Amino acid sequence: MTPHDQHELIGRLLGPTEPEVSCERCFELLDQYVDLEAAGADADARLPGMRPHLEGCPACREDHDSLLALVTSTP
Amino acid sequence: MHLIAQARRSRIYAGWVSGASRTAEPGADDSQQWLDALRSSGAERDAALVRLHELLLRGARFETRRRRAGMGDVSNAELEDLAVQAADDAMVAILAKLDAFRGESRFTTWAYKFVLLEAGVKLRRRAWQGREVMLDAEAWPAFAASGPSAQQAVEDAELLEAIREAIATALTPHQREVFTALALNGVPIDVLSDRLGTNRGALYKTLHDARRKLRASLAMAGLSVADNQEMNA
Repeated sequence: MTPHDQHELIGRLLGPTEPEVSCERCFELLDQYVDLEAAGADADARLPGMRPHLEGCPACREDHDSLLALVTSTP
Repeated sequence: MHLIAQARRSRIYAGWVSGASRTAEPGADDSQQWLDALRSSGAERDAALVRLHELLLRGARFETRRRRAGMGDVSNAELEDLAVQAADDAMVAILAKLDAFRGESRFTTWAYKFVLLEAGVKLRRRAWQGREVMLDAEAWPAFAASGPSAQQAVEDAELLEAIREAIATALTPHQREVFTALALNGVPIDVLSDRLGTNRGALYKTLHDARRKLRASLAMAGLSVADNQEMNA
């Protein structure tokens, strides 16, 4: 394991350091968050707690990344 | 009730209407038309249901294409079948929750999140079908205490050793299993929830609590790490 890998591992093990929403709340807010992002608005200021959760929860992050990619690729 | 009219008065709507990189005209959003059509009856509703299913299938296929490379030798026919299942399941969920749509996003974005969730869960489970889910820390890696930035590498190696110790001493057996599977071994949370008969939210809460315990334990040992709190909904 390289030093870079172990630094990443520490981040993955200990998770985000800021207050975060739950998975359920993340799903409730996900569409609003993504539309704000797609519009160039400050989604993190509007919906605090989402970004830390997306950093700490790989499944919610994948759902977020897919939704953002889909809505920004769809007219 | 005119949900979109309500949303237009909200700061959120004003925010994305004023955004520069996306369709910005209020008239360009067809959310209210979607709601009206889905709440109508007869041929109009039937046509709306067909359009909604087409939209969901488009979303599901988008997801299967995105994840194709990670799906090994799963056939295209099986992926198409998973996409159709995801669209069907999302359709049921959306129609049951139509009244929960508050116009804080576009209807299509709201609908897409359901089908991407369904497709993502199905694809993660399919990718892990037949694979063993590791609940112990056999995969704990060897640490490097030297490298390009030697001081950082040494500190990280010491911190990782302290984390390993805290996992063994500070967590309950259930927390240890969940933490090890998710955070260390990289088991997808939906796969683990399937195997343990629980759900994503409950498992993430366990992971979150375990992380807090580890941070507290590290702080007690004199290692400085910030705390993380869960926000109330």
